[in-house]
Amino acid sequence: MAEIVIKDLRKDFGDFTAVKESSFTIADGEFFMLLGPSGCGKTTTLRMIAGLELPSSGEIFLNGEEISQKPPSQRDIAFVFQMFALYPHMNVRKNISYPLASQGMSRRDIKAKVAEVSKILGIEHMLDRPVGGLSGGDRQRVALGRAIVREPKAFMMDEPLGALDAEFREHMSEELRALHDRMGATTVYVTHDQLEAMQMGDKIVVMNNAVVEQFGTPRDIYDKPASLFVADFIGSPSMNFLYFNGQVFDGHASVQLGQQMVDIPQQLANVEGELVLGVRPEHISLSDNGIIRCEVLAVEYLGTTQIVVLASEYGELKARVDSTLAVNVGDHVGASFNASTITLFNKASGKAIRSVLNDGVFPHG
Amino acid sequence: MSYSVTEPSSRQKWIAGTLVITYALITMVPLLWIMMTSFKTPPDSISYPPKVMYQPSLEGYVNLFTTRTRVSPERLAALPPPENFAEEIVRNRNMVIAGPSKFGGRFLNSVIIGFGSTFLSVFLGTLAAYAFSRFKIPLADDLLFFILSTRMMPPIAVAIPIFLMYRKLGLTDTHLGMILLYTAVNISLAVWLLKGFIDEIPREYEEAALIDGYTRFQAFYKVVLPQAATGIASTAIFCLIFAWNEYAFAVLLTSGTAQTAPPFIPTIIGVGGLDWPAIAAGATLFLLPVMIFTVMLRKHLLRGITFGAVRK
Repeated sequence: MAEIVIKDLRKDFGDFTAVKESSFTIADGEFFMLLGPSGCGKTTTLRMIAGLELPSSGEIFLNGEEISQKPPSQRDIAFVFQMFALYPHMNVRKNISYPLASQGMSRRDIKAKVAEVSKILGIEHMLDRPVGGLSGGDRQRVALGRAIVREPKAFMMDEPLGALDAEFREHMSEELRALHDRMGATTVYVTHDQLEAMQMGDKIVVMNNAVVEQFGTPRDIYDKPASLFVADFIGSPSMNFLYFNGQVFDGHASVQLGQQMVDIPQQLANVEGELVLGVRPEHISLSDNGIIRCEVLAVEYLGTTQIVVLASEYGELKARVDSTLAVNVGDHVGASFNASTITLFNKASGKAIRSVLNDGVFPHG
Repeated sequence: MSYSVTEPSSRQKWIAGTLVITYALITMVPLLWIMMTSFKTPPDSISYPPKVMYQPSLEGYVNLFTTRTRVSPERLAALPPPENFAEEIVRNRNMVIAGPSKFGGRFLNSVIIGFGSTFLSVFLGTLAAYAFSRFKIPLADDLLFFILSTRMMPPIAVAIPIFLMYRKLGLTDTHLGMILLYTAVNISLAVWLLKGFIDEIPREYEEAALIDGYTRFQAFYKVVLPQAATGIASTAIFCLIFAWNEYAFAVLLTSGTAQTAPPFIPTIIGVGGLDWPAIAAGATLFLLPVMIFTVMLRKHLLRGITFGAVRK
């Protein structure tokens, strides 16, 4: 049971800034994802919450108590490492009971507790085995067991599925989410895999270059990206960007794109200059009277849908259309956009321009 | 027949095995000869051609541990019958046991000084190596180089300053002095070797222990040390072998109370002629502790450093 509040957290390693003033709130019981490309500062943020790194400045509140300078042993936060970090000289039982032994719990209580946890994780039969011979999934379960056995205030997980085979990841991610729902404990989860983040998270923080780009629910982050980076990073294939020179006006619901007027969500700001129109592949429809003329470059068949790669005067576009639609390479088609889903960006700042679609999703202005 | 690129063929294994065994046998011949000599009688030990088959005798060991005086046959006959086998061997040479020799004490000195300095080197070396490996230390690389630089000349090159220093400090011919000296020589080796081993241990283990509610020292003691056992064992063997075999400083700085076995064993030669079996017996006994120590730690030397708790 814990609410974690991060306030203006910053971490420098010498001249290198790993995390720039970041703020967000992790509500009690939330499954919270820290998402970003490698080197973006997400793991450093996680380690600061756990106490493995001390922040250069800023505050971390755990249930209202400031803990940013406390040693990890006094924070009551569990950590699951990417490489599991099971103690190699101990067997499974000793690994799981190790956090309890440090609290001076009686031998009988430890035994009961380990039995309970191993039952939840389905590892009762391997308690007396050395950890060396376990499979990746079983090691992951033991690492989880070591984390949950002492019922900490919160769990930190550093890409816990990163070391597993693709096939097993799927299974483990479901298991993890189910475990979280059962225990209801606050979980902070670091990943670079946007699908994993979308699939498992209640909330997502997207980080890039030491900065929090956006903070919100998976749906908000996907539908209402706050920056070009988020729009590009989330989604596969990622959002299409059409670069153009133009202007938008407060209150208007269309924009001049070349010779065409394109319908967009009603804008809430006046911006002029180099703009970017962002549209998701599934919000492009192909027809003979579409507003942007394109030539089909390639078709990727994906079962229920197909990705059509188009060449237009604004560069390459990708459209996700129903697989029953007959499209052939070399066809000339018109592309039109689902107006209510379009986000416009200011190219210079990389930020989304405020509209009725995304109003209110930017916690950082 | 199946063919593997990485596995050597049985023919290659056979050739390699033969070479290794031949080499081992050749290097073992002198040792074997010393051990054989220790069980010979003095006449057998100097007979020509050398005797490979002989009647084994414990005379060398008896002579090593005792001092003896020659007595006239009349007095010998007047003595009561010998109480033990040692007395019997000595009387066959027209002598009686006058008392114990100094070998026992010298051997004990070697044990105290050898193992004491080994323990101290490994103890300090482990702490220093851990600090160099895990903490941000200003000028760490320079300090490590400085530590290593003490090995860039033969230790005996500084014998005279050390001799003068020890005389001033009253450390000459003391156990403490010799332990400190051998520790000083070994510590650079220990720090460098152990740093390599500790660098190999993933930090996650300690971090996991910190998270699990242990202090930094507990994490070091309970998690890092067991992982570093291999490195500690091999470092200890190297340190012990140096301290155990060291001769030059022992000759220079010890003469009585703290004299170790290496400078003592050759002095046996002077007592009543060339008593080769006694010298060989001394050398044989002297070999044993290092041999036992190495065999005991052999398991650690052969075992890999990590055994798969971190996924590769």
